Amino acid sequence: MPEQSTNPIRDALAEAIGANKVILFMKGTPEAPACGFSARTVAALQATGTPFAAVDILPDPRIRQELSTLSNWPTVPQLFVDGELVGGCDIVTEMYESGELTEVLGVEAPADAPDDAPPGPPPAGAPLGIENRLA
Amino acid sequence: MPSTQEIKQRIEAALPAATADVDDWTGGGDHFRAIVTSPVFAGLSRIEQHRLVMDVFAGEIGGAIHALSVKTQTP
Repeated sequence: MPEQSTNPIRDALAEAIGANKVILFMKGTPEAPACGFSARTVAALQATGTPFAAVDILPDPRIRQELSTLSNWPTVPQLFVDGELVGGCDIVTEMYESGELTEVLGVEAPADAPDDAPPGPPPAGAPLGIENRLA
Repeated sequence: MPSTQEIKQRIEAALPAATADVDDWTGGGDHFRAIVTSPVFAGLSRIEQHRLVMDVFAGEIGGAIHALSVKTQTP
């Protein structure tokens, strides 16, 4: 495959990561996750009450490819905070359980964090507009 | 298709003084869960710790190994 001088998908991903304090790349949407790992990550994030941007990587296989190249991380979901990769499902779940997730997100810890991330109510306005730009 | 034993051995061979407990998470031979203990993780962020383990299987995760769930700890 010839080297391209511009890579619009990678540029759009980098821009989305830069423009959103908390952004999750996942399979499916927060309302309808298409993978158990994505679902668990969404549940942990929602339990913190932090609004987050979500990008569905499924519509175009190139999104997944470019994302993994950009982040040097092989799997999805991927959570970025302040432009930095925090982790996937394992790390996010572990950080939620230990209370570190709320620290990283800069929100108050819930009064009593349960052992497992419960599926919280969907956040009122999870921005999904990026999906359209990337598709 | 890698076995849990093979995954365990490869992690233990790649990381200094590491011990790994590996489960076949779903019984299907492609979703694995590894608990890895090594002094090399000390002082590293979680993402750096997990990368050390993921790098052992570079190119195989998402392929022959559909998913590898990792938990890292220091001895």
